[in-house]
Amino acid sequence: MRRALQYVLPLALVAALVAILLYANPLERFTSAAPPVEEVKVERVVLDPNLIRLQVRADGSAPISIAQVQVDGAYRTFTIDPPGPIARLRTATIDIPYPWVSGEAHHIALLTSTGAIFEHTIEVAQATPAWHGDDLALLLLVGLVLGFAPVAAGLLFYPALKGLSDRALQFLLALTVGLLVYLFIDTLAEGFELGGEAVERLRARTLVIVSAAVTTGLLLAVGRRGGKAPEGIALAFYIALGIGLHNLGEGLVVGASLATGAAALATFLLVGFVIHNVSEGFGIAAPLFGAKPKLWMFVALASLAGLPAIVGTLVGAQSIGPYWTALCFGIGAGAILQVIIEVTALIARRSGSEALLSAPSLAGAMAGLAVMYATALLV
Amino acid sequence: MRRLLRSGFSRRAALSAGAFLGLGGLALTSSPASAEDHSGHQATKSTHGGHGAGSMGVVGTVDYARNGFDPWTLATKFDYGKTSVDPDGRKVREWTLSAADQEIELAPGVLFPAWTFNGQVPGPALRCVEGERLRIRMINASAHEHSMHFHGIHAARMDGVPGAGMVAPGEEFTYEFDAKPFGCHLYHCHALPLKRHIHKGLYGVFIVDPDPALHPGEEALALPRLTGSPEHAQWQEFVMVMNGFDTNFDDENEFYAVNTTPFAYIERPLEIDRTRPVRVYLVNVTEFDPINSFHLHANFFNYYDHGTTLTPTLRTVDTVMQCQAQRGIIEFSFADHEPGLYMFHAHQSEFAELGWMSHFKVV
Repeated sequence: MRRALQYVLPLALVAALVAILLYANPLERFTSAAPPVEEVKVERVVLDPNLIRLQVRADGSAPISIAQVQVDGAYRTFTIDPPGPIARLRTATIDIPYPWVSGEAHHIALLTSTGAIFEHTIEVAQATPAWHGDDLALLLLVGLVLGFAPVAAGLLFYPALKGLSDRALQFLLALTVGLLVYLFIDTLAEGFELGGEAVERLRARTLVIVSAAVTTGLLLAVGRRGGKAPEGIALAFYIALGIGLHNLGEGLVVGASLATGAAALATFLLVGFVIHNVSEGFGIAAPLFGAKPKLWMFVALASLAGLPAIVGTLVGAQSIGPYWTALCFGIGAGAILQVIIEVTALIARRSGSEALLSAPSLAGAMAGLAVMYATALLV
Repeated sequence: MRRLLRSGFSRRAALSAGAFLGLGGLALTSSPASAEDHSGHQATKSTHGGHGAGSMGVVGTVDYARNGFDPWTLATKFDYGKTSVDPDGRKVREWTLSAADQEIELAPGVLFPAWTFNGQVPGPALRCVEGERLRIRMINASAHEHSMHFHGIHAARMDGVPGAGMVAPGEEFTYEFDAKPFGCHLYHCHALPLKRHIHKGLYGVFIVDPDPALHPGEEALALPRLTGSPEHAQWQEFVMVMNGFDTNFDDENEFYAVNTTPFAYIERPLEIDRTRPVRVYLVNVTEFDPINSFHLHANFFNYYDHGTTLTPTLRTVDTVMQCQAQRGIIEFSFADHEPGLYMFHAHQSEFAELGWMSHFKVV
């Protein structure tokens, strides 16, 4: 009884406090004159012939009514589904019949009932790729070239690992750490940028950190569930998983970019991306020294690291919201951090903790960072 | 990667000039259809197959009853005040106006915290005759200091500017002066900050009809402008105040209109009996933009700048532009036209597509 009270009392106090704030509204004096706080973000844009379709998310102190819509500085007729005001953090779909012009920019302004304006720019209008036929085939091809092929190419370094000296292996493992640290930073940065595009209250940037930390913790626990750190083939799979999640996020972004135009840049971009991703494949191959992986494992590793890019491109082309893409990057960053920890631990176990700061390790890590940065410039 | 994909396109304000305004390119909704198709936000899931490329305009309709005024009445109603004769035998005309803070439904579903004269934007169209003694009593029921500054000829004491004729909340003031010169004028609040006091709605038309007795030899020109004369009776007259509204207070207008409600005369056109000549008292009070304009389709008109002359200052034009507070009288006839919808609008396409777009229905 007494024990139960120890739990109930603080909870009851909190409940009472919340009730007072909600019903007595002690802050009313300060807020009564203020119009409702409103925020509307366009999370998805789909362009069909003669139709602009927006998915918007609302946030505010009261439900938000989208009263009128401007396209390119002109009021246009539209429909909203579901009709009526949009509740806090809920979404609605706005259809605006409009003769948009391929390859040109269009400016959308959503006017709420309070007269506030929320703007969104479609930078290069282009028909949203369909989920069938030529579009689908093209997107699959982009995904393959982007993700699977370069990782597989990087894995082909594996035979060269045989018979390498201890110092050379240490260098290569540290190189992998460098590659991964670069990817970690890049993934976080992408996550933050996208997180900033989501509705403020969703705290998508914080979510990136939280999801990364949780993912790292979970994967570390899973990897060491037998009381032993992952090595060899298992470690390679974890690295492939981390890179795969990173590539899923990249795919989402690339798909979204293809959907909203800028396709002319795509070929040029792909060249850089392929070179960049070959280094990722190499990172997966590095811990395989001494193991005897079977051929199917290489295929599996390349698939795990590369195929998520295809999924990402396909999904991203349908333009998913920045919140979910940011979450994806957070999880990816977490998975990468896990393998950074495990590969570092592997170096320490193999050659002693002082090896972490030895010349081959430092040189490897620096080289890894530099290679990734240099190849990223090609993108 | 995404940074590169996204770079190179500058973000612009939403108010870029519309690309699709052209004589043939406008697919305007006619009034009954648009009111039904898009009533409020009851529209359900899109059936865009049938929409073609959609249409320009707002969705829904304003609750004019709730506002207490509507653009069709505003366009045709003149406030002649109360007349009397003073001991010297001189005609005196008096009005009482009340300034108040009032939320209005500016466009369908869009509420605007307006400042009003007599509960309407624009304020009443005050109309008098040249030479009369005018007394305008203004009661300030607003939470802010206001005034009425008349564009006319009067003493400094009656100017309605800071230092002369400002009215504090809860107080009143009577502006008194002679009605001159004849013409199409305006009044507006001259409290500071000026931009805000004007664009929130404190303005109206002030018309001084010419007194034929004061214009010997030109009576025939003055009589058609004088309310009550047989020559005036055949005219159809409209008041058109070109205004704009900055709903998010960024010093740019989100809406443009004549007589406040965007696209109102698309929703329900102003009707013209083509057997009668038409006179428009046009006043520009648009804030933030240097000029506004009036363009009539399929016809030409004569224009009297400021309305202070009995002969046109511009003949046979179809477009006229005005700076803020500039005004004039437009006269035209549809006698030789076939019945139908005839467009009139600002010939700044931007303003037109943001609301200053209208139809005459010639019958």
